[in-house]
Amino acid sequence: MIRFEQVGKRYPGGIAALAELTFAVESGEMVILSGHSGAGKSTLLKMIPAIERPTHGAVVVNGQNVSALKRAAVPFLRRNIGMVFQDQKLLHDRSVFDNVMLPLAIAGVAVRDAGRRVRAALDKVGLLEREKAMPVALSGGEQQRLAIARAVVARPSILIADEPTAHLDDDTAGGIAAMFHAFNQVGVTVLVATHHEALFAPFMTRRISLSRGRLLP
Amino acid sequence: MKGWLLHHRQAAEQALRRLAATPLNTLLGALVVGIALALPAGGEMLLANFQRLAQRIAATPQISVFMALDATRKDAAEIESRLRKHARTREVHFVPREDTLKRLKSSDGLGEVIESLPRNPFPDAFVVVPIPEAPEELERMRGEFAEYPKVEHVQLDSAWVRKLDALLRLTRLAVTFLAIVLGIALVAVTFNTIRLQILTQQAEIEVSRLLGATDAYIRRPFFYFGALQGLAGGLVAWGAVLAATLMLRGPVGELASLYGIEFALHILPLADSALLFGLAALLGWAGAWLSLARHLRG
Repeated sequence: MIRFEQVGKRYPGGIAALAELTFAVESGEMVILSGHSGAGKSTLLKMIPAIERPTHGAVVVNGQNVSALKRAAVPFLRRNIGMVFQDQKLLHDRSVFDNVMLPLAIAGVAVRDAGRRVRAALDKVGLLEREKAMPVALSGGEQQRLAIARAVVARPSILIADEPTAHLDDDTAGGIAAMFHAFNQVGVTVLVATHHEALFAPFMTRRISLSRGRLLP
Repeated sequence: MKGWLLHHRQAAEQALRRLAATPLNTLLGALVVGIALALPAGGEMLLANFQRLAQRIAATPQISVFMALDATRKDAAEIESRLRKHARTREVHFVPREDTLKRLKSSDGLGEVIESLPRNPFPDAFVVVPIPEAPEELERMRGEFAEYPKVEHVQLDSAWVRKLDALLRLTRLAVTFLAIVLGIALVAVTFNTIRLQILTQQAEIEVSRLLGATDAYIRRPFFYFGALQGLAGGLVAWGAVLAATLMLRGPVGELASLYGIEFALHILPLADSALLFGLAALLGWAGAWLSLARHLRG
């Protein structure tokens, strides 16, 4: 499903963020990406939806070499990948409901269908009662759940998350981890970058460790 | 197709929401565009009215045929029958010299002067209404009539029509020029408005891209925004011209009646109104296009 082949990323000035990365995530698998801050986890995740492009090697998603994808094809790749960003990237000028609606509006889902799907996604993350609230009125954990609802509402086959439990207390973080596991249980391929790998230990997931831009054996 | 329509509806709704979110800016934008467009639109309204007036006055060109002073009534009858038989004349009126004298005697100021003349200085005359209207053909008829025996002078009453025509053409050119200059101003205003819109929507644009929005999806609401702002400006301009027309109608009618003309100022013709709205929307769209090309880079 996701395959990295000898992937390297070098920024102008010669700083190598990633080097010689080769690994694969199978369809329906859940993988934890661990490593200290600055190890290159975010850069690695951003290569899957072609937010970042590798300077060497190939990133293959669903048999498609996304590192060589044309600009015009990138939006269609992204619609099949749910993303939870480190800084969440919620839109603060619109309600919880409208935030989750955005991916469906982009994909051109008919309004009546879309409304039902938004409520289903909000229900899954336990925010159905807050659909009319504005994001600023939500707690940190609720905001994170909102970001997850938005990532899964278009039913992507791949879900990637960058530090989804940062700044959350342990109970809330545990709940978020369980949520990702639940999505994986219904067949979604999940890749989570975190330095709280202990949170995911109960789910017996495979772990990939990064250190200074390289995979640890 | 259905998805495409849905996207357009969403983009239009979004543009309307953005316009409604800042009512004062929207109003000011529409006013700036509207006032800029009102000038050429008002010019067009006046021009259309002048053209209508000119057409009415100049609709029937006339040829005046003056006999020589020594021509007899018999000569005049001869010419009259030739004029009446001529294939290109519609009407022929005979004006006897006695009538002309009588008419001028009764007019203010001239009466005494004419009274003092030893004999009637006016010739018999004909007023001919020709069938053709083209200046070249009228000119040819003038030459033909001048060759008739005992005809002293033939006058074509269309020279001033040509002058009026030239004046109207010049005015049309000026209105067109004004429309071009102010159209450019409209594009510039939209260009700047869209630039500010892009800045305020930065977060939404970024997030939409990350969620798989195409360039077309991101641009569409801005196109609608530009076109709607142009259209709103067009409505303001149309309203301003309408108000001016209604306000000027009374005074212009009075002025015309002083010249013995019955004339009411007409509002902007339907085709011109449609053109105004269409151009306003199109220029707004063009301003948005330029601004997006400049300010929205991948």
